[in-house]
Amino acid sequence: MTQGIGDAISSHVSEGAFETLPANAPGTKAIEGRSPVSLAFDRLRRDRGAMISLGLIVAIIVLAIAAPGVAALTGHGPNHQYRGLDALSPSGQPHAPSTTFWFGTDDQGRDILVRTAYGARISLMVGIGATLITITAGTVVGLLTGYFGGIVDTVLARIIDMVLSIPYLLFAIALVAILGHINMWLVMVVIAGAGWASVARIIRGQVISMREREYVEAARSLGASDWRIIFVDILPNVIAPAIVFATLLLPVSVVTEAALSYLGVGVPPPTADWGQMISSAQGLYQEAWWYLFFPGIALLITTLAFNIFGDGVRDAFDPRSDRLFAK
Amino acid sequence: MLVKLDNVVKHFPVQSTSIRRHSSDVVHAVDGVSLEIQRGETLGLVGETGCGKSTLARCVTRLYDLTSGRITFDGQDITGLTRRQMRPLRAQIQMIFQDPYGSLNPRRRVGSIIADPLVIHGVGTRDKRKSLVQETMELVGLNPEHYNRFPAEFSGGQRQRIGVARALILRPKLVVCDEPVSALDVSIQAQIINLLADLRAELGLTYLFIAHDLSVVRHVSDRVAVMYLGKVVERADSTDLYNHARHPYTNALLSAVPVPDPVAAEARQRIVLAGDVPSPIAPPEACRFHPRCPKAEQICTLQEPALVPRFRDPETHDAACHIPVADEEDLATARRTA
Repeated sequence: MTQGIGDAISSHVSEGAFETLPANAPGTKAIEGRSPVSLAFDRLRRDRGAMISLGLIVAIIVLAIAAPGVAALTGHGPNHQYRGLDALSPSGQPHAPSTTFWFGTDDQGRDILVRTAYGARISLMVGIGATLITITAGTVVGLLTGYFGGIVDTVLARIIDMVLSIPYLLFAIALVAILGHINMWLVMVVIAGAGWASVARIIRGQVISMREREYVEAARSLGASDWRIIFVDILPNVIAPAIVFATLLLPVSVVTEAALSYLGVGVPPPTADWGQMISSAQGLYQEAWWYLFFPGIALLITTLAFNIFGDGVRDAFDPRSDRLFAK
Repeated sequence: MLVKLDNVVKHFPVQSTSIRRHSSDVVHAVDGVSLEIQRGETLGLVGETGCGKSTLARCVTRLYDLTSGRITFDGQDITGLTRRQMRPLRAQIQMIFQDPYGSLNPRRRVGSIIADPLVIHGVGTRDKRKSLVQETMELVGLNPEHYNRFPAEFSGGQRQRIGVARALILRPKLVVCDEPVSALDVSIQAQIINLLADLRAELGLTYLFIAHDLSVVRHVSDRVAVMYLGKVVERADSTDLYNHARHPYTNALLSAVPVPDPVAAEARQRIVLAGDVPSPIAPPEACRFHPRCPKAEQICTLQEPALVPRFRDPETHDAACHIPVADEEDLATARRTA
């Protein structure tokens, strides 16, 4: 439906554009090359699995954005502890899913549906934020070490090796011990701090192979500055691997965030968070399956959707992919 | 005189992978080359793969720093110029590369590739640049409508035309052509060579034309220099060189040029050189060609021959050989009796 409207709009726009171009003789179309990225998006659009995943991802994003709406709809705040018999049993046990609490309640008498919706916000924000930081930092460092080589490369490559050798979970736990508490932004930095090095290493390899290409030499012989060569000639060539890496990194970041929260070194309570919910549900899963099930399934769907979508993106950007000719 | 090379030397240190990072070995890529290029002429530079032709080209365009020697361009010593000082001169020295696939960025549109020199040197407005690009595309025989396409959408010959357009859009004084046709089909080679020749006449360009194919060089060059292992072994006016090659190496190269007539090819004697090109890390002493030379004598192993006219050759014809080949001498049979 929406796609139909989009097509109608774009075809209308392009028709209009052609009428205003006097350079084109009637009946001839301007010859326009298509960029490899636009071809990749075309391939991606034909990948059914990736498109279904994209739909799920959009649904989760909508859920996250609409979390206050969910709270308003049910009339339950994310952190409010309900004391009634419909929320907690007399012995303090969580209540199973009912018409009041659709996904049931947790051991504090809080609404799991509302908390799962709010948890999606943290998961997505930290996941996307950490991935963006990781990719940006990794790409910048990779470009610099790969392009300039020499002493810059030696120093940064050793730092990359060093970062890769740090066990980030221990690092995160130690960080909480030192700082006493941790917030969402710090979680992003911790995840990015562990991930940028491997991105930098991949980009570095790409740049090194590109630095020796004749078109870079051509740019140099034309008098282009180093920065121009990096941004105009090299960056567009590493964008594709960076995008692929980002989409594959996203689910990892989401899971890492949940893992940190599960270990108690993530976003602090009482903020609703999937990892934290799973962690506190594990003692109760025999009596209250819903407490573990809903945040768990939400995490599973999110990472699965991002993973399948990421695979689709990788296939779409792979020049050896023959999907283009498959159908 | 547009360009003067004075005893240009370029050595590359050999990077060893062992723990001892700094080995004392160097590759003698270019080892004392002196050449002059006159305004408006085409100087052909030939030699086998690995003889230092491309290194020399990159020294002339100052993509490499010289180990020693001097390069003068248009009366200005450009040997020691920094990258920044070199920048304004880059508009006057352009390069056409060997690989029409590798020398064009696959992710950029052709129009923007050809406009690169204009953008880098700050020429014209956006609209002006676009019209210049389209003019130049037309000049090199490309459809100006295609400026929005990507390099992958062109054939090898068309891509090389794109490279030519990029090199010529600023109307440089010197164009260094680094084997511009050796990656192309023979039928396409002729097109590109004729295009380059036409453009030279039309725009008054000067070429340093590098190739390993003597028949190509003969067609385009006014003068030819032959390189072997980092040194110029012979240089002469084009017809002179092809009719009276003095250096045994030049003779061997000429005898390897394919002849289209099968009867003539049958009758022809090829000079097949023994062995491989020696390592440029440790080039032979004295005359570098002596281990492979069919005429080599003791003096060749002891004393380096000077690059001077031999026999009664004109001033412009120099050969670095102690025992040059005479006009009627047949090297192919000489080898067998030796």
